Amino acid sequence: MSDLMDYDEVMERFDPALGLEVHVELNTATKMFCGCDNTPGGEPNTKTCPVCLGLPGSLPVVNGKAVESAIRIGLALNCQVASWCRFARKNYFYPDMTKNFQTSQYDEPICFDGHVNIDVDGETYRIDIERVHMEEDAGKLTHAGVTGRIHGADYSLVDYNRAGTPLMEIVTRPILGLGERTPVVARAYMAHLRELMVALGVSDARMEAGNMRCDANVSLAPKGAHVLGTRSETKNVNSLKAVEGALRHEIRRQGALLAAGERVIQETRHWHEEGWTSPGRSKEEAEDYRYFPEPDLVPVAAGASWVEQLRATLPEPPAQRRARLQAAWGFADLEMRDVTGTPGSIDLIEATVTAGASAASARKWWLGELARRANERGIELAEVGVSAAQVAGVQRLVDAGTINDKLARAVFDGLLAGEGTPDEIVAARGLAVVSDDGALGAAVDAAIAAHPDVAQKIRDGKVQAAGALIGAIMKQMRGKADAARVRQLILEKLS
Amino acid sequence: MALTTADVARLADLARIELSAEELERFAPELDIVLAAVASVSEVAGSDVTPMSHALALTNVFRDDVVRPSLTPAQALAMAPAVEDDRFRAPRILTEEG
Repeated sequence: MSDLMDYDEVMERFDPALGLEVHVELNTATKMFCGCDNTPGGEPNTKTCPVCLGLPGSLPVVNGKAVESAIRIGLALNCQVASWCRFARKNYFYPDMTKNFQTSQYDEPICFDGHVNIDVDGETYRIDIERVHMEEDAGKLTHAGVTGRIHGADYSLVDYNRAGTPLMEIVTRPILGLGERTPVVARAYMAHLRELMVALGVSDARMEAGNMRCDANVSLAPKGAHVLGTRSETKNVNSLKAVEGALRHEIRRQGALLAAGERVIQETRHWHEEGWTSPGRSKEEAEDYRYFPEPDLVPVAAGASWVEQLRATLPEPPAQRRARLQAAWGFADLEMRDVTGTPGSIDLIEATVTAGASAASARKWWLGELARRANERGIELAEVGVSAAQVAGVQRLVDAGTINDKLARAVFDGLLAGEGTPDEIVAARGLAVVSDDGALGAAVDAAIAAHPDVAQKIRDGKVQAAGALIGAIMKQMRGKADAARVRQLILEKLS
Repeated sequence: MALTTADVARLADLARIELSAEELERFAPELDIVLAAVASVSEVAGSDVTPMSHALALTNVFRDDVVRPSLTPAQALAMAPAVEDDRFRAPRILTEEG
């Protein structure tokens, strides 16, 4: 492992420059240039055709939806949209690409010259976007052999299901002047992009699934020198934590090299989850992709009216929407942070409120009981199998006093088991709270008789001892007693 | 513009074509003639001729985002020189990134 300089010392001596290239896989139904199913995964090589296998004589045709997504992404990043642009072939030899070229864009990206503002701890940072271009993803390699890693692999196995998945590359201009906050701002930018992609509905943007990944470029220059140093590019970083970690590591590694009078080699590097990077391919002279215009695809010409139609489909910016909903729901910052930290919950809570529940109760169910169930099964909250309307229905029963929160959990069991509406489940499972004084009164009398010592304490004025009796009654009635009424009855009988 | 044998060697390397020293010597002047022939086109094309990269004056040829049947794995792998676990088996890769 490389020598590292103390982070604070690097910051005293050097200015970092940051550049981020983010790849986003679109969630279109089909691939970029062919009609193969674009849903991720599946058995190997079940989603291929002559086009995405690059067989001779096959002809690609552009997925119009993917172009729309690209333009919408560009607009959401405040970019210009090219009125005319072409695809280009990026030539290289590697088994993840059968054609020996990647269909991409080169000097004519579909979107360019944008910017986003990123908020970090109350400070706003402007990130300039150089370009957004369209390309295709490559196949998936599995390195077989002795070590399972690429070095020492005997051979590679290739699955082309992912080959041809629409891929958007979002490239920043060099970002200067962030100083010690460079890694944190990079992380916040990634989080911003992820949230934006989800809001646009153009990508699942799950970094852990590789839907969104980042090539993080960083270089150091002597403090105040206003020049750009030699950069390293850490490839395919696929979590927010890793983006921050990889940049911190590279800054410390480069700082140590420069301080020792050595030079930084311009190269790609690989991030290791244990917290370090290792060298990949040296980029000096190696990069010559011999781009040329793709002859099999005609240019894309985004006319002004089409662009304006797409602009009209842009969602409310996520940060603005968050602020609006927080105010409408009356959530404290801390409560809202939980919502923001649970993917999908803001939409579910909003829909539940629309369906008639209070914001507080919607939040309680989605971030409590239902988040717990989603976590247990390792799935997204939206996939938990209960709809916003059903949650609102359950809460309506709680508000009406028909069930309590504990019984509501059993209603969710019933909903997940497909037993019908919340009302039907309460009836079928006999979950309604008993508030009939006859039944409750008998239970209270029995409890007083069974716990004479507790009853005496209550008679002596220790009202809080009633909790023990309520607990016993709830247990006996399997949670179905109306706790508030039980308490009243106990106090009436013992006063 | 004269292509050197070093230029040709670099291009051959990028294209993964192995050329002998004799071939490099022979191809450099031959490719020069090809380039000169292409260059003569730009002499003919005046400023009134728009440069074009495509034979058709079409734009925005798009496909609807509708799934069409794929090949079966057996069909996809039929012409592969080597197959393992329904995947294409490729030679080991030493020098490039993963």
